[in-house]
Order: sequence, then C-alpha cells, then structure tokens
Amino acid sequence: MTWVTRTALAAGLGFLYGPIVVLIVYSFNASPLVTVWGGFSTRWYGALLADAPLLSAAWVSLKVAILASLLATILGTLAALALKRQGRFRGRALFTGLVFGPIVMPEVMIGLSLLLMFIGIGLDRGLVTIVIAHTTFCTGFVAVVVGARLRGLDRSLEEAAADLGAAPARVLVTVTLPLLAPALATGALLAFTLSLDDLVIASFVSGPGSTTLPMRLYSQVRLGVNPEINAASTLLVGLVSAAVLLASWLTARRGQA
Amino acid sequence: MSGRKPVGLFDRLMRLPAFLWLAAFFLLPFAITLKISLSEPATAIPPYLPLLDWRGGLDGWSTFLEALNFDNYRTLYADPLYRDAALGSLTYAGVASLILVALGTPLAYALARAPARWQPLLVALVIVPFWTSFLIRVYAWIAILKPEGLLNLALRRLGLIDAPLTILNTEAAVIVGLVYAYLPFMVLPLYAVMNRLDPALREAAADLGAAPSRVFWTVTVPLSLPGIAAGAGLCFIPMVGEFVIPDLLGGSETLMLGRVLWTEFFSNRDWPLASAVAVLILAIVLGPVVLFRDSLRAGEGEAP
Repeated sequence: MTWVTRTALAAGLGFLYGPIVVLIVYSFNASPLVTVWGGFSTRWYGALLADAPLLSAAWVSLKVAILASLLATILGTLAALALKRQGRFRGRALFTGLVFGPIVMPEVMIGLSLLLMFIGIGLDRGLVTIVIAHTTFCTGFVAVVVGARLRGLDRSLEEAAADLGAAPARVLVTVTLPLLAPALATGALLAFTLSLDDLVIASFVSGPGSTTLPMRLYSQVRLGVNPEINAASTLLVGLVSAAVLLASWLTARRGQA
Repeated sequence: MSGRKPVGLFDRLMRLPAFLWLAAFFLLPFAITLKISLSEPATAIPPYLPLLDWRGGLDGWSTFLEALNFDNYRTLYADPLYRDAALGSLTYAGVASLILVALGTPLAYALARAPARWQPLLVALVIVPFWTSFLIRVYAWIAILKPEGLLNLALRRLGLIDAPLTILNTEAAVIVGLVYAYLPFMVLPLYAVMNRLDPALREAAADLGAAPSRVFWTVTVPLSLPGIAAGAGLCFIPMVGEFVIPDLLGGSETLMLGRVLWTEFFSNRDWPLASAVAVLILAIVLGPVVLFRDSLRAGEGEAP
C-alpha cells in the first residue's frame, strides 16, 4: 500500500467512525454537557434502565423485528428462488418489480401509502400493521441477498437430486435450502436490523401503544442532545456490531469449509 | 429448463406467497395513494372526497371518476413552497452525490488496493456503520456541529475562530449529514467494481511509463464508471425523499420533499396533498432508476 491509499483509508474510516466514537465516549460522561468531561460514569445507563417508555418501545421494536424478519426471510427466499430458478414465467416483469420496487421506493411513500390503505380497509394500527409494513420493505433485501448466493450455487447438485427422482419440494428442502443456509441467516439479520432501525415507515403505520424504539428515540432527539440517548445508542451500536461480526464469521467459516 | 420434469404447479405455488403479499401491501396501497392524490381534502373521516360507493354499480364509478381531478398537482406546481422543496431535494441530493463520488472513489480504490488478507476486515468496517442505526448516526452529528459542540470547541482551542460558528440547522449541516449517512452506499458498489478490474491493465499502463496518478485517472476511473454511476444512483434516490436528516440537522427553512410530505400529513392533515407530494417524489426518483438500471445491476454484480 502506498501512503496515498493508506491516508485515504485512515481518513475514510476516521470519518465513518469518529461521530460514533464521540457518541460512545460521551455516554460515559458524568456531565450532561458535550464539551465538559465530568469523569467516567455509568449513570446514564442506570437512567436507561429506569426509563419505562423507552424499555417498552424497545420491547415493541424487538417483537416487530423478529416477526418481520421471519416473514421477510420466507417471502424473500421464495421470491429469489422464483426469479433465479424458474426461467421465464408469465408476469415475471411484474413480479420482479413487486419484489425489488420497495427497495427503491422512498420510505415516506411506503409509509404513507400503507397507512392510507390500512385506514381504507379499517385495520386498526398497531403491532400488526408495523409488522406488515416492515415485512413488505424487507422482502426485497432478503431476495437480493439470497439471489446473490443462488447465483453462485452449483446447480448440478439440485439437478442430480432431481435426476435421481426427488420431487421438486424434496430437492428444495434437502438440497437447495441447506446450501442457502448462510444467505438465509444473512438475509434474516439484514431484515432484522432494517426493521429495528426504521423510523419513517413505523411513524406512519404505528398506532397508540405501539411506539417503536426509533420513534421514541426520535421524539427525544428532537429536543436536543441527551446523554441517556447516547447510552441507548451505544447499546444498539454494540448489538448491531456483534450481529455483523457474527454474520461475517459465519460467512468466513462457510468459505473455509 | 431443458430436460426437466414439468413442475409448473410447484413453481406457481412458490411464487404465490410473495406475489400475493406484495400485490396486497405494495401495489394496492400505491394505487390507493394515487387515487387519493386526485381527491379533495374534506373535514370527514377519512378526510378526503370522493369515496367510491361500491354498491352504486356503474353510476357509482362514473360519479366517482368525475369527481377526481388534478387540483393537488396544480397546487404543487403553483405554490412556491412545493417548487422550492422539489428544487431543494434535487439540489441537496445532487450536491451530496457529487461530494460522495469525490470522497467515495479514493476510499473504494484504497479498499480495492489493500492487501487481500486485510480486505474482508476493511470491507466489514465500511459495512458496520451502514447496519448501525441511521437515526443514531445522524444524531451523533448534533453534538459535533452545535454552537457549543465539539467542532466549535476544537476550532476555538486551535485559535481559528473567536465566536462559535453556526453550522447546525444550516444547509452545510444537511450536506454533511447526507454525505456521512450515505458514504457506505457509495463505497460498496464502487469497491465491488474496482475489485474486479484486471490488475494487468494497470500494470500495462505503469510499464509503459504512466505515473500512478495518471494510471488512476486514465485506467482505473474510466473502467470504474459503472460502479460510480451505481453508487451515485443508490445514494441519490433515497436522498431525494430523505426526512430524518433535514429534520434533525437542517433549519426551519431547509425544504426537502420528504419533510414537506411529513408536515402536510401529520401537521396539516391534508392527506390528498401529502399523497400528491409522495407521487411527485416517486416521479423524481423513477427517472434515475430507469436511467441507472443497467449500472445498478452492474454494481450489484448481477448478470442480466
């Protein structure tokens, strides 16, 4: 590496991580002011544990993320299989548009249009509507991840199973899905973090009593910098980093096997 | 497909769940939004007119269709607020995209040229912020940019300024936030393309006497254009509809379409107008999607 590439890397990563490091450091600051270091303290983490609305919002987010990532993984995997393994079929262009459309669709549009429909059909807003909305926008991301893995998959294994007389359903369950396992895990993790992170769509489709964590954080953040939010952010960043490291470890292990 | 047993029914059954789900929760809501954008606001529940009377048969349909009009779109066109918001969205997203290309290209190049055994770790380091809460990453900048924040503190300690600069709640803060939040979207597709470039081309240019900077500008950059286009498209598209960044880092005069839609819907409760703004955002976004379709696919590494 030349000094140019080394400088570019250091500057780029410094830019990406600087603000996050600042956030983490100040979550341990005893003083509530950003520019004053009042000594090391975990008082904001203590305050976090006593913050009932925040905890209940975190619980709502967790439930939504688990359900939505599960549903999106099933739907996204089926969609990827259809697009990569079924060649031409009638309505393929429409199907492709439906699967990948939500990825490029602006969040405000997804949120607003789903809300208008939920009101139109008289569905009460709450946990269920958030799960529906998150599943809808996460499915395409899962399909991208699973589709990428399907492309790299040796088709002869599936064909061999079919030639030996296995029914399509059996080929899927005993050959294709096990080979896809790492991609399924990555896709599910991606859907989980996307759901956990979403503010805009949830703000439209949630109802009273189903405030998600980002919605709660956002209502606090609008009021300005708050060390308790720094503590909550640090915990979230730690959780997500652990998940990403786990995912890359899983992928690396599969690469060696 | 050749030589395979007919599996039509099984294939169809596999397509069905995703198809039904997305038709019900993506296509239908979009159609409803389109329809409401052609309606008039009303003080009722739901707050717009006309409502389709299913029992009215054909007559019901025709009165319904006659009552639809383009008034909301005329308002969007005539009212400077919406024109400024549309221009604002395009300008912020455009300027931020250009800065992202300028910052992302050297970073992606450095990643692609790093020793092979370091690359997975370095790529993971670029991905982690992308997975980390968007809201939190934007929020982190408030503590840095505010008048009594870290940046002003540092500048004062260095003796560069006497009075704190106002950065938070200005256009500059919005641009910083956009660039920061979307940098991984720019770098990753660009890295994917640069990583696949044949090193022989670079070496040939170097052997023929080109200086490293010349190799970069005349070989690497032109060959990486699909990645640059994919990254810029991936950033530009969501930035047009961005809400969180202008709301938290911008000032009250920062006009972007996502924020105007939010206000129109949540504060003014004008659903038809909010729907029209949503359709406008989509129309603006669809342009680059169609334009960049091929390079987006190239960035994703997908054979057509």
